[in-house]
Amino acid sequence: MTGEEGFLEGREHIPSGCAISGLIDRSGRRFSGDAAIRSISVMHDRSNGLGGGFAGYGIYPEYKDFYAFHLFFYSTDAKKQTEAYLDEYYDVINLSKIPVTRTKAITDEPLIWRYFVAPSPTKLAESQLDEQEFVVRSAIHINSTIKGAYLFSSGKNMGVFKAVGYPEDVGRFYRLDEYEGYCWTAHGRYPTNTPGWWGGSHPFALLDTTVVHNGEISSYDANRRAIEMFGYRCTLSTDTEVITYMLDYLHRRKGLSFKETAQILAAPFWFEIEHMPEKEKKLATYLRTTYSSFLVTGPFSILIGFTGGLMALNDRLKLRSLVSGSKGPMTYFASEEAAIRAVEPDVENLTAPRGGEPVVVRVEGM
Amino acid sequence: MQQINVQGMQAEALNQMIRTSKEREFRLCGVNGQRYIGCGLKGYSITIEGTAGNATGALNDGSKIVVHGNVQDQAGDTMNGGSIIVTGSAGDALGYAMRGGEILVGGSVGYRCGIHMKAYQERQPLIVIGGTAGSFLGEYQAGGTIVVLGMHASSPLVGPCCARGMYGGTIFLAGDKPQDLPDKVLHRDATSEDMERLSSLIEPYCQLFRLDKTSLLAHHFSVLVPNSSNPYRQLYTYA
Repeated sequence: MTGEEGFLEGREHIPSGCAISGLIDRSGRRFSGDAAIRSISVMHDRSNGLGGGFAGYGIYPEYKDFYAFHLFFYSTDAKKQTEAYLDEYYDVINLSKIPVTRTKAITDEPLIWRYFVAPSPTKLAESQLDEQEFVVRSAIHINSTIKGAYLFSSGKNMGVFKAVGYPEDVGRFYRLDEYEGYCWTAHGRYPTNTPGWWGGSHPFALLDTTVVHNGEISSYDANRRAIEMFGYRCTLSTDTEVITYMLDYLHRRKGLSFKETAQILAAPFWFEIEHMPEKEKKLATYLRTTYSSFLVTGPFSILIGFTGGLMALNDRLKLRSLVSGSKGPMTYFASEEAAIRAVEPDVENLTAPRGGEPVVVRVEGM
Repeated sequence: MQQINVQGMQAEALNQMIRTSKEREFRLCGVNGQRYIGCGLKGYSITIEGTAGNATGALNDGSKIVVHGNVQDQAGDTMNGGSIIVTGSAGDALGYAMRGGEILVGGSVGYRCGIHMKAYQERQPLIVIGGTAGSFLGEYQAGGTIVVLGMHASSPLVGPCCARGMYGGTIFLAGDKPQDLPDKVLHRDATSEDMERLSSLIEPYCQLFRLDKTSLLAHHFSVLVPNSSNPYRQLYTYA
């Protein structure tokens, strides 16, 4: 399965679940990806082996000033075309296959490559774009025009690792115990509506923003039409991708805070807005009205990773589970309490964030 | 009694072990998220140490399940009889479509507790919550009784949308009328008759958790029942 056939929402239907987990050390201490593997593996039964993935932050300190591009290639031709593109528009500092350990649990892998790059100064100047916008447009260009090439991670000092398989197998396949990060998110997939394929596994990423999602977005097509008006292209054949682009648009391009962004994606109901104090009411009304097409309906619990932090968000009616807890400098989020206890048996402050209530955790000083 | 350390065991293997054993009494140690424990069983007694997984005691048909710790989502889903006792807290959708037996929780519960619980003749399900309840408590409730005691409460007694779509049964709340109560549901301050009923309902709960019933009942209680003079004529969200 390459995704080439374009299994968009609505053309295929497979009934569904999913598991998410996130761990962050607020002191910025880096820890092995093994913890994320142990956490997500407890929720094995929530996924069905058709997708697993991880995002790690702070994992490439030696290349922290360069964009780390992770790519799947389904043909050597796709690789050649992509490399020609990168050679033209970027300075490639380092390139290599992403190291993997072959196991029977992970099969049919594409070519998986990593490039540390910086936009070529002349091309960047010619484009008259800021650096991040330049990279975003490259990502959209590669994914929508080079057949068989998928850029699935494009941030600095972070990386996404994903595949078709159970998440614990995916983590071992990518040897994540050899990486250290201050924040990890993990996902076990049970695909809804579309078949599982490598590019469709979570996390979804653009620049350093990543999304793992448990749920099913009933507003997908409305959101997709809205975001494609702003130059984004939904090419990965699954609903979660659109949340990533909406976050990029609202947070990076429009400059809204993560909390404001959450108030758009999971906007309060009008009857709740009615009872708000005047100042809050004004803001909530403005956000709901201005960005009405970005309202996400249907069940979801998501974890959004970004440089220096993590945000958890549930749909307004809390139709998917999400638990949080902490211990010392660590904060944990997961679909199930068991996934937190797997890595911290003595977790404290266990609580379930309310529907539509964003919880933002940041690394001190970042 | 059979004692099993289930650390790291997959749910399927664990449940198969219980079902194929001649034993009817179990003590499970090191439980962490295993699902379906005690699902559909009759005449068993299962003690769980740790965090019980999703759908613990679902379709319980007359077994006693005691959880020393928290229980995750959908415990007691469509349970028919028996009891589930939780010393800690419970996740979302506790007692989902429950139609018999009792669930006693020491701590608090998540969203949608008692959604569509129902009753028929001698089958009168009961949920008693020591702490607080999340949103949509008793959503579409069709029968049975839910009691929220609100002990050691740091959050509101119940979340928004309590008793939405309720059309049967009773909810007792150790507090005032929820502000957003729909007009399809009637609120009254507990009468002496209500308090008598409540007293007998929470008797086993108080014994189990060693609580002073008199001081619990000294609290002001609200009673929620469906408003039979204002029935649902269309979708409950629009009326």
